[in-house]
Amino acid sequence: MSQKIEDYSDTSSWSYHVDDSFYADLDRFSRVLAEDWPVAEVEPARAAEGFLAREARLIDEGRFNDWLELFGPDCLYWVPITPGGGNPRLEVSHAFDDCRRLTDRVYWLRTGLAFSQIPQSRTRRMISNMEVLDEPASGLRFIRSNFIVNEFRAGVAKSYTGWYGHVLQPQDGGWTIRLKQANLLDSEHIHENLTLVF
Amino acid sequence: MVVSPEISSSTAAEAQDVAWREYVREDRVHRSLYTDERVFNEEMVKVFGHTWVYLAHESQLPEPNSFVSTKLGLRPIIVTRDRRGGLHAVFNRCAHRAATVCREETGVAKSFQCPYHGWTFKNTGELVGAPWPQGYGPDFDKSEFGLGKVTRVDSYRGFIFGTLSEAAPPLADYLGEARPWLDYWIDRAPEGEVVVRSAAHRMGYRGNWKLAFDNAGDGYHPSFSHRSLLEMASRMGDSKDMSYFGKTPDDGPMKVYSLGNGHSVIDQRPNFDGPGSIWANQRPQPGREKFEELIRAKYPEDADRLLDISAGGQINLSIFPNLLIIGNQIQVIEPLSVDRTQLTWNATSIGGVPEEVNTMRMRTQEDFPAFGEPDDQANFEEVQRGLAVTEEEWVLMNRGLNVDGWQTIDENGVIVTAVTDEIHMRGYYEEWLRLMNGEPA
Repeated sequence: MSQKIEDYSDTSSWSYHVDDSFYADLDRFSRVLAEDWPVAEVEPARAAEGFLAREARLIDEGRFNDWLELFGPDCLYWVPITPGGGNPRLEVSHAFDDCRRLTDRVYWLRTGLAFSQIPQSRTRRMISNMEVLDEPASGLRFIRSNFIVNEFRAGVAKSYTGWYGHVLQPQDGGWTIRLKQANLLDSEHIHENLTLVF
Repeated sequence: MVVSPEISSSTAAEAQDVAWREYVREDRVHRSLYTDERVFNEEMVKVFGHTWVYLAHESQLPEPNSFVSTKLGLRPIIVTRDRRGGLHAVFNRCAHRAATVCREETGVAKSFQCPYHGWTFKNTGELVGAPWPQGYGPDFDKSEFGLGKVTRVDSYRGFIFGTLSEAAPPLADYLGEARPWLDYWIDRAPEGEVVVRSAAHRMGYRGNWKLAFDNAGDGYHPSFSHRSLLEMASRMGDSKDMSYFGKTPDDGPMKVYSLGNGHSVIDQRPNFDGPGSIWANQRPQPGREKFEELIRAKYPEDADRLLDISAGGQINLSIFPNLLIIGNQIQVIEPLSVDRTQLTWNATSIGGVPEEVNTMRMRTQEDFPAFGEPDDQANFEEVQRGLAVTEEEWVLMNRGLNVDGWQTIDENGVIVTAVTDEIHMRGYYEEWLRLMNGEPA
């Protein structure tokens, strides 16, 4: 078994790690993201704000490879259809991207052959109402925020409203994304061309 | 070559003497069928009304008095179960002043009370009562003022259809040669139990509803429209699912079957080589490797079958006018206006399998709506834009027509032909024509 983990540790190519405990973590993250939190201290709040602003800018500038670098090997980029996440074991999502599928998504966006992204979406997003919770036992940092993503593509301007749940894990003095959940206000309703990155 | 069949009558009602045959030729259809509101309005009455239209799946109505709000064409309707479990469909339109009486998508209700003036109706449509009845004369007859009914509702193995036509054949006959294909798809579930999940991809595009139906039986487009998906799938070397559309697919084993009554199917299964092959060729889902290891360890005798049903059914079954079976999804075409359409991809789980299989089915069913369908819909929208050229009147569907050696007819009258043959379009437009002309089946 240890040999296998060794062989398949590149999660951009293999997905041995998305198992029962992975889903159980998501359940727990969803619970924490639904709780009331105390107001965060200035330092973690500033750091979290900086992290989200940088992430937003990478997406809005189309720097998707750089964006991908923010994610850890056991990450999930999750755009649920049921707001807040629902039950992913028995529900489909707009995006339920482990590291491999997220790498695929970025690859797909960059093929230049995705007609739904010719021309590419231009986006610019606003993030506010940010709250931060540090969880000493796990070392994880939870961030909850509201967003408006404005998109312009092929002559059509749209805006998407919702809230993000980020779960960050410490790495090398910084943070990587364990979970990024984008909950659209109208996620279970009709959407045209939902191929932009949230 | 250019005849000019622009519709000249001013209303759809006057258009009844329009010679629709002018618009649907053997090898082409007129652009106005995609762009003219009057055509659309007439379709919403005749095509979505005078033949069997898919309404909902029985799993969405799990108990007595369950209901689902949906539409029959543009008509808001409520599909209901009565207290004994019998299926009904009523117009979601108060008999009094036309307000919708039900504003929830699903639920359980024995009756519906109109929020506007309080008229109350049984879930089978009958008027229970109107508030303060002394305000109506003595000849007020409640039996005259029930909710309008979709007069015929029937279910085929869980698939609920409705029609307003008394002349339409029995549902099973209408499905006809599509039935064995639907049976195959349903029977991939060990006990034939298919469950529509609550979360669905509701995708919208700015184009006519028929663009989605055209595409569903089109084996010509994948290697072009889905280039990004095919490119992505080869990121890690070996090519995956659908790559067989790439190299002259007409020489391969895939076929398209014209099933009659506007139905067709593309059978992709001959591209796969025995048990486990569908799974082996599926683009990788989150958790795939762990899942396969677990299934092979726990169910060594049955692993290939369980893995295959965790991936798609490999048939594209189109049931005219609005039901598309693709992968493991029940896809429904919902026209919104002449140039706007909703495609609802209902994800399904199945009974009689380990729960991990259904989780993997969810992950499988996220793949194509994310990386395949959006490119098709982008092309539908560009077709709609291209159709604005009034001087170019025709949309072609002549591929495969009169090509030697392509088409054979089997003993049931089903035409089998090369996968890029546009016979699917030619087939359903014959049915469209019949309905628009008001001809008997």
